[in-house]
Amino acid sequence: MSTVYYLIQNMLPVAIPLLLVALGGMFSERSGIVNIALEGIMLFGAFFGALFVFFIQKSQIDPQVIILIGMVVAGFSGLIYSLLLSFAAVTMKANQTITGVSLNMLIPAAILLFSKMFFNSDGITTNMNFYIRKVPVLGDIPFIGEMFFQKTYLTVVLGLFFLVISVIVFYKTRFGLRLRACGEHPQAADSVGINVYFMRYAGVSISGILGGIGGFFYSVGVLDGNVNGHTGVAGFGFLALAVMIFGQWKPIRILLAALFFAFLRTLAYSVVLIPFLDNLGINQTYYKMLPYIATMVVLAFTSRKSRAPKAEGIPYDKALR
Amino acid sequence: MQSKKSSSRNKGITLKNITESKGFTAFTSVLLAIFLGLIFGFIVMAFAGPQNVFKGFSYILLGGFGRFGDVLYFATPILMTGLSVGLAFRMGLFNIGASGQYTMGMFFALYVGFMWDLPPEIHWIAAIIAGMVGGMLWGFIPGIFKAFLNVNEVITTIMFNYIGMYLVDMLIQGNLVLYLSSNARTNYLPRTVQLPSLGIMGSNVNVGIIMAVIIGIILFIVLEKTTFGYELKATGFNKHASNYAGMKGKTNIILTMVIAGGLAGLGGAFAILAPSAIAGSSMTYEPINIIAVNGFNGIAVALLGSANPIGIIFSATFISFIQRGGTLANLVGYKPEIIDVVIAVIIYFSAFAMIMNSGIGRFIKKYIIKKPHTNILLEDLEAVEEEIEVQNKEAE
Repeated sequence: MSTVYYLIQNMLPVAIPLLLVALGGMFSERSGIVNIALEGIMLFGAFFGALFVFFIQKSQIDPQVIILIGMVVAGFSGLIYSLLLSFAAVTMKANQTITGVSLNMLIPAAILLFSKMFFNSDGITTNMNFYIRKVPVLGDIPFIGEMFFQKTYLTVVLGLFFLVISVIVFYKTRFGLRLRACGEHPQAADSVGINVYFMRYAGVSISGILGGIGGFFYSVGVLDGNVNGHTGVAGFGFLALAVMIFGQWKPIRILLAALFFAFLRTLAYSVVLIPFLDNLGINQTYYKMLPYIATMVVLAFTSRKSRAPKAEGIPYDKALR
Repeated sequence: MQSKKSSSRNKGITLKNITESKGFTAFTSVLLAIFLGLIFGFIVMAFAGPQNVFKGFSYILLGGFGRFGDVLYFATPILMTGLSVGLAFRMGLFNIGASGQYTMGMFFALYVGFMWDLPPEIHWIAAIIAGMVGGMLWGFIPGIFKAFLNVNEVITTIMFNYIGMYLVDMLIQGNLVLYLSSNARTNYLPRTVQLPSLGIMGSNVNVGIIMAVIIGIILFIVLEKTTFGYELKATGFNKHASNYAGMKGKTNIILTMVIAGGLAGLGGAFAILAPSAIAGSSMTYEPINIIAVNGFNGIAVALLGSANPIGIIFSATFISFIQRGGTLANLVGYKPEIIDVVIAVIIYFSAFAMIMNSGIGRFIKKYIIKKPHTNILLEDLEAVEEEIEVQNKEAE
């Protein structure tokens, strides 16, 4: 049983960044903009979040409050960075894939440059401890308490909160409906008076905010508040893209996909601690490959019916209506 | 209107025809993007260290000339991965998996280099071919997934980057002939499998670059002069139309991915088999669980070269050139990462440089030359003007 607790406790901090970033990708793609730049946006958010933590860590502010403020900082910086994508993809009608790739390339190099210049290292190292050993009251609930409210991070609750908000915005508001329309048939949306350019800017900006926050949560939950230009976010932005497609561009399915992937990844990294798997004597590397292979297998079975947003990747040009 | 009658209808090679051809526009817009990227780099350098900025910048711009052999040496792998990404791009496929294919190519070449006992004349050729096969295999699987199971190739190739990287690292660490656990890397490759050096003193340039350029030219001919190339481009333009025209979309997808994988695999083979005096850059592989950078650089190369094989040859050389310049700028205190930033900015601008370029062109024509565009047939021009008038009226 302790193994199950252990896996769940370790899985959630990994699943949350994936979930948030994939949700961000969903907002962007459902508005019609392919967002390959998620990796870069994540790293940008993680960098500024960690930079903020670095400067504030000496003050006596509670770590959980720092997470909250850092989250705002990271979300805001993600938003700023995503504007580079929306400017190129919406206003300049540039190729969205190319722009995304360039934004991904820029950030690791810029972080290395900045860190080498100012910190003489490859990234930012902070000494903050964000870990929550046990949530008061809730942590004492038998079973559930141990699973979700012990040895965890604040990011888990925040991430689920953002999921709820996303579902409501996406399905229950006029804004969400309009956003989805712009990804399916922007001409039709425009003909009923929706400003397609604005909605696409909004979609990419939301993905910037969620991507930035996701990056910061990755840095908090997986890297202990540090950021490194070499390893970056270890391809989590790309994995989030996979999770988004796996989740069929729908929020709840994205949650399940993120949990699935995070579970296998956690399993892969904790094989040594699980006596049953350890005794099998299989090379650990196989487990590390497992999340990727499993995703491939699942996609192979589910993708036949897969339907991407119809207008995704096509710059909207009013003149071509 | 009469003055426009003299519009140039002849198709001869005149300066005007060249300057107004599509390729030329693409070329000038890339130049514009490079120019903007370099300016950005200059500004970053001026912030980083104002005292040496001119010296450092001249290293970046000119430093590569002094070491052109090394420029070509480092251009070889990214040229191959660039061709791989570029070819898939023409088909409308985005091959992020060049890294995984490149790594597989490296492994297959290493394996043949160490484990097979062949006469020295053909050993290195066999290793190159093995590298190609390894890459092909890693392109084939995503191709199958895309063609028959409709799995987005972006996802598949990303996943296969990781799978390939972990697999190769594991296989190498498990092989006692290849792996030196005390040094955490493989042995150096025996001399018989190293590519023949071109013998230019003080540089590491080898026969790989020549092969890579020839492959690029062959690819250009395939794309422009063969049915397969035509079908490939047609599918890239409009998948449904080409399907309707009876082109075998699925076979072509798989074939394209196999070739793209093979190209990236060749890049890996060329990289690992090259004889080199620069420590760690060749002949040995370190299994450190990191995805090969050259695959991602290939994306930059392909995009900068507008996915055209000839363009990619030049863009690979250019990127390698300023990277060499960047390592030289390190001498006066600038971090080589500046170059990566510059390249990213260049790619960013190149994404919409076409539009900026035509915007600037319009501006020049409107305010400086004040002459109408004369290369369009008169009838077309009148039709366009009428259409605009109709639209204007509608708008009112």
